[in-house]
Amino acid sequence: MMKALIKEFEKVVGKDNVFQDETDRATYSYDAAVLEPVLPALVLRPTSSEALGRVVALCNEHGLPLTVRGAGTNLSGGTIPKTGGVVVLTNALNRIIEINEGDLYAVVEPGVVTAKFAAAVEAKGLFYPPDPGSQAVSTLGGNVAENAGGLRGLRYGVTRDYVMGLEFFDVNGDLVKAGARTVKCVTGYNLGGLLVGSEGTLGVFDKITLKLIPMPPAKKAMMAIFSDMNKASETVSAIIAHRIVPVTLEFMDNFTIRAVEDFSHAGLPVDAAALLLIEVDGHPVQVEEDAEKVEALCRQMGAMSVRVAQDAAERDKVWEARRAALSALSRVKPTTVLEDATVPRSKIPAMIRSIEDIAREYQLTIGTFGHAGDGNLHPTILTDKRNKDEWHRVESAIDAIFDKALSLGGTLSGEHGIGLAKSRYLEKETSRGTMLYSRRIKAALDPKGILNPGKIIGE
Amino acid sequence: MQDMKKLAQLLKQVEDQLVVCMRCGMCQSVCPVFAETGRESDVARGKLALLDGLLQEMFKDSTGVQERLSRCLLCGSCAANCPSGVKVLDIFIKARAVITNYVGLSPLKKIIFRKMLAQPELFDQLMEWGSRLQGIFIKPVDELLGTSCARFVSPLGDRHFSSLAPQPFHRAVPFLDTPAGASGLKAGLFMGCVIDKVFPRIGHAVLRTLEHHGVGVFIPREVGCCGIPALSSGDTETYNKLVRHNLKGLASQDLDVLITACATCTSTIKKLWPTLAEELSPPELEQVKTLAGKTMDISQFLVEKLGVKASGSGEGGEKPLITYHDPCHLKKSLGIAAQPRTVLQASPAYRFKEMKEADKCCGCGGSFNLQHYDLSSAIGKHKRDNIADSGASVVATSCPACMLQISDMLSQAGDRVEVKHAIEVYAESLDKK
Repeated sequence: MMKALIKEFEKVVGKDNVFQDETDRATYSYDAAVLEPVLPALVLRPTSSEALGRVVALCNEHGLPLTVRGAGTNLSGGTIPKTGGVVVLTNALNRIIEINEGDLYAVVEPGVVTAKFAAAVEAKGLFYPPDPGSQAVSTLGGNVAENAGGLRGLRYGVTRDYVMGLEFFDVNGDLVKAGARTVKCVTGYNLGGLLVGSEGTLGVFDKITLKLIPMPPAKKAMMAIFSDMNKASETVSAIIAHRIVPVTLEFMDNFTIRAVEDFSHAGLPVDAAALLLIEVDGHPVQVEEDAEKVEALCRQMGAMSVRVAQDAAERDKVWEARRAALSALSRVKPTTVLEDATVPRSKIPAMIRSIEDIAREYQLTIGTFGHAGDGNLHPTILTDKRNKDEWHRVESAIDAIFDKALSLGGTLSGEHGIGLAKSRYLEKETSRGTMLYSRRIKAALDPKGILNPGKIIGE
Repeated sequence: MQDMKKLAQLLKQVEDQLVVCMRCGMCQSVCPVFAETGRESDVARGKLALLDGLLQEMFKDSTGVQERLSRCLLCGSCAANCPSGVKVLDIFIKARAVITNYVGLSPLKKIIFRKMLAQPELFDQLMEWGSRLQGIFIKPVDELLGTSCARFVSPLGDRHFSSLAPQPFHRAVPFLDTPAGASGLKAGLFMGCVIDKVFPRIGHAVLRTLEHHGVGVFIPREVGCCGIPALSSGDTETYNKLVRHNLKGLASQDLDVLITACATCTSTIKKLWPTLAEELSPPELEQVKTLAGKTMDISQFLVEKLGVKASGSGEGGEKPLITYHDPCHLKKSLGIAAQPRTVLQASPAYRFKEMKEADKCCGCGGSFNLQHYDLSSAIGKHKRDNIADSGASVVATSCPACMLQISDMLSQAGDRVEVKHAIEVYAESLDKK
């Protein structure tokens, strides 16, 4: 890269916040997706809004590809830069600007860590529900850019449902304002709706206004064990059909149960076909009532046993099993490919059976767990990337999983994003028209194609 | 020009451990260095990716990677929090050794490790001279904390350090072999350099306690450093020499337990001696494994073997408050956290109060403090703030290296908080009985 341009960047963000050394750059060449790393030409860490806007404008002027990076926990390659491109870090833009208890909103910079924000909000008796698996490190900017989900999606929705307003820089570095701090707002195009989940391809977030809700005063968790996969998923449908919407309704298959038990010796039944972990929340009286109903339903539907947590410690024990799922699976083999193909709730049994068939057909180890309540499963392929032959079969299996999810009326990605990993499948789910429409939007808003090129719609 | 192909081959030994990292990035939430700098090369995921880069022969030389590898406290927070169980410390220590063996030890470290540390008698002698001469170069700054600072511009910078004791422990007690008393137990004592030379009072508190409980004690005449300073700089030659030296002093004894009051020595003996033992002969390896199996932290020994219990302190609102800092090498490496708290609560003199983030690293990290003092003290300042916020008049811990760092931080902030080892608090309560 030109010396003069680097000097210019140094003026904008400060010398210490320009990483040129190859060793430093190499640590921004990957994210959590199982994809090949790509070395960026430069890494910048702006510490103010002004600097961020200036960086975007400079990149556009010089036609430099720009990839924004929060914590780099993306599972679809959304934060893998382009060769010769610039990585812009948001982790120095990490102020919670306001938490408004009267109007129930908060304004944050994009680099605020999700769990830290949730804790700050909770300290005021309020609740920010989206809880992606990486929340301990993930940033809110990343969550909004990916429209991240989490365990509470069934009852509380996903990140999209909490974005009230956005301020972002367009590709020229001009500040665009979308939405408001009010519940109602019909002023102008719904630009926020376009930007949420746009994976850094349409603009660079500067400030985010998030909706908050009161913290539900009570919750209750339970674990139901099933000898038959179908019974477990019929139970999921029955709970919803009885007009109960649990906060979380999580599922683990037999392989995952065995892996978790091997790992944490929590006393899980290794011969069970499936586990459901269910939590209800709300007013204490309603929580009691809902919990009783759910327990009765589980038994009615043929659960071998149902264990209701009686206190916080027991509740913790129930969730420990779920929290351990990915850890336990990832220890089985060196490479862990975590997918998130999602189907309508009623199609879960069919999807799980297909995943089992696919595992057999391609001779792979696949453990499946996930958010049964919203149809968002995580088939987790356990492999060793160094084994070329097996890796080839993994790729074929992923294709097969996607095909199956789509044929069941589902979607490629429930919460991990399209990124680089799934862009070639996008047209399969949507249409030629959708691709053209999306590409025209991209071309209009980013004529030089510098904003996170290659993600979602390919190049 | 370095032969990067050869280095990649040498690093093959950690490849199977490296591929376990799935780049999830969860280590960012617990790494004390990353919390200060926000730089990916400072967190475990970044360093593991860089080692992977060396394996793939991605870099023209190893200097950049080696520099970044050194920016690590080896506190093990990442490993304790790693979803896929990457053995981060194992990898880093092995990688440091491979790279150091390949590019060579720096001339200064060569003198310090090979000519001094590896020769325990000479090392002791030098330190004693140092103790006598230090008054010329340093002046006391805090009597309560016992810290000093440099009189002149010095390589020690602005540190408020705990000076060398006038009489090291091994001068006061060069050898001891007492039979088991009422407890029926016989314990070997591994003192460690920092207790021996800076805080001999901890050694005396251990002796007083063991005597009280009728535990027989064996202290060998010759015992040296546990080897961790050399190992963390990648000097396996010195490390192996020291392990052998210590084996000679301890292995032939019939001991029920080997006690240390230094968290770092405890975890080095228990975890590193048996795993980093390629140089040892099979019988030596057997000896190391036996010793490692018997090694216990002093508080763990008191609670698990002698049945020491909390004595219902907590009431009595007038008592001074005491708080506890978890050394990484006890809690994160060995899972020992409850026992020292029990020992503190066995003393009727204090009311125990947890500080915030008690198990967050103090930032010392041994030689990390020497190489990256600014970072080390930035991390240490958070610890100081949490101690001050607790309102305690004494902060206890189980590692003399943490005590050095915490004393420095408190002294610089001008806090009136005493720093003690948990066993000192316990021994004081015995004296008052």
